[in-house]
Amino acid sequence: MFLTNIEEIPGKPIITCHGVVSGSTVRAKHAGRDIMAGLKNIFGGELKGYTELLEESREQAIDRMKSQAQQMGANAIVNVRFSTSSVAAGAAEIYVYGTAVTVE
Amino acid sequence: MASSNGVKKMPDLIIFIILLSLGYFFGKWAEKSHYASIIKREKKFLNLPATSFKKPIGEIPPIERSHLARGSVVISVDYFKRILAGLRNFFGGTVQSYETLLDRARREAILRLKESCPQADQIINLRIETSSISKGRKNSIGSVEVLAYGTAIYYESQSPS
Repeated sequence: MFLTNIEEIPGKPIITCHGVVSGSTVRAKHAGRDIMAGLKNIFGGELKGYTELLEESREQAIDRMKSQAQQMGANAIVNVRFSTSSVAAGAAEIYVYGTAVTVE
Repeated sequence: MASSNGVKKMPDLIIFIILLSLGYFFGKWAEKSHYASIIKREKKFLNLPATSFKKPIGEIPPIERSHLARGSVVISVDYFKRILAGLRNFFGGTVQSYETLLDRARREAILRLKESCPQADQIINLRIETSSISKGRKNSIGSVEVLAYGTAIYYESQSPS
């Protein structure tokens, strides 16, 4: 399955358009990472636990979007966009959306 | 700040000062070493341009393949900066302490994007999303996530290179 964030797949013309597909996950982190984050909030620096958490969530959200596109019979998703927001203390929602198309 | 309430408030004040200085020194050190690492890695990727155009720039060979690439980072603010920002909320004006934090986070995210596809020839339609993963009490911004994503394109390789 091809994914791009521009309006086409370079070199492959679009045959049919299937509509908007999306995937989302809400993930909460676990206590171990939280303690490190508490320390880092004093010292500053990168929160590796959070970065990994959000990366995994993003992968999962993309997989959900891909399977939705596959069900529609598409073989590519164009114009993919991401959106992240914190929904509760210690939980983040990742939302991915794009247009499912069939290309050559 | 602590009121002149006698001995009971002293431990609070001492803890506050300790946290503040810890935040200041570690924060400054972390920022300096991070910027040094960022500049070193940016030099490495001078050959891989990232633009926010929707089409590739310049005269290029036909494109062989492309894929979605991304890089992200979550950076937290140290205590000292957060106090500074709190003061700013009182007086208004630019919050310089946060500006360097976000600058580092953006550059780091773009570097990670490039590191995820080192063989690519160009990255187009670069988009950057910033969101606050707030963790601090009193509604202060605890940490910020920056996601940079774009389409990495690979030219068709020229005859035997």
